[in-house]
Amino acid sequence: MSIIEGAAEEALRHGAVKVNAVRLKLGPLSGVAKDALLFSYELACEGTALEGSRLVIEEVQATVFCPSCKVERALTSIQRMCCPVCAAPTPQVAQGREIELVALEIAT
Amino acid sequence: MNTTPRLVEVRRNALRQNDTLARALRDRFRDAGVRVISVVSSPGAGKTTLLEKTLTRLRRQWRLAALVGDLATENDAERLARAQAPVKQIITGTVCHLDAAMIERALEGWNLDELDLLFIENVGNLVCPASYDLGEESRMVLLSVTEGEDKPLKYPTIFNTADVALITKIDLAGAVEFDLAAARDNIQRVRPGMQIIEVSAKTGEGMEAWMGLLQSQIADRDRVQPQSHRDTETSMER
Repeated sequence: MSIIEGAAEEALRHGAVKVNAVRLKLGPLSGVAKDALLFSYELACEGTALEGSRLVIEEVQATVFCPSCKVERALTSIQRMCCPVCAAPTPQVAQGREIELVALEIAT
Repeated sequence: MNTTPRLVEVRRNALRQNDTLARALRDRFRDAGVRVISVVSSPGAGKTTLLEKTLTRLRRQWRLAALVGDLATENDAERLARAQAPVKQIITGTVCHLDAAMIERALEGWNLDELDLLFIENVGNLVCPASYDLGEESRMVLLSVTEGEDKPLKYPTIFNTADVALITKIDLAGAVEFDLAAARDNIQRVRPGMQIIEVSAKTGEGMEAWMGLLQSQIADRDRVQPQSHRDTETSMER
């Protein structure tokens, strides 16, 4: 619901008469499942300024900062939080928690 | 009507409202000198029993209170109230997690200056509570031995956002052939470096280590804390 409220707020701010699509960035460590969002989106939009819009989800690659290589690396699995190159364990998530409204396709 | 379709860039965290509120709560807690610890787990992992025993043990020494989230009942608050600490139930209805606004509302009328430690018991759920910052200083995740040792791999996000893991009902480990080494390894896989405490609220095993952790957290409450990882993940909003 906070996605819809946020998007509706932005649509209003940009003077939209209709919202065609909402583009969202979703990280694998966000705690939100893509399919569940897509499934519930239409229903959640009913009666809001977003009714009839599409949800476009861009999945983000999770990355961690490796303390021994001292660089950010793409994570191969969120079940193993370690550097894919040197295997050093790291709890430092650089990217992957996003639930970010990126853009709106609107008609003004 | 002339309508031109166009793309507008927005770039905002969908949980911005919650995160802003959570940061304000965290500031309030620090100003009041109250240490706030949230507890998450699947339903039935033993959050309420652990807190009941914890409140009973610590209430003579410290000023404690608890907020308890539940979908429908006040049973947990009634159980915790037996420990004679101020307890408030937050009934979430259909919502499967607590959010910062619920915490703020529940605290109305409470004087935080009169508290040393506040527990927030989340709704039993290993999914949605991971995404909501409640303004807590630290988050404890419980894994009971009856759930099996692979829970951290099935729900990596909640383990990843927690600060300490408690393996509960440790007195039953033998009966359910719980593989403790595997459980520890799985926790370390999804959250390297996380402190792990094994407890049984029923027999008291491991409770000394848990009390020790809480004592040090309370003693540290006036120290300026490093920014929590829940803060930094939303730093783009600033």
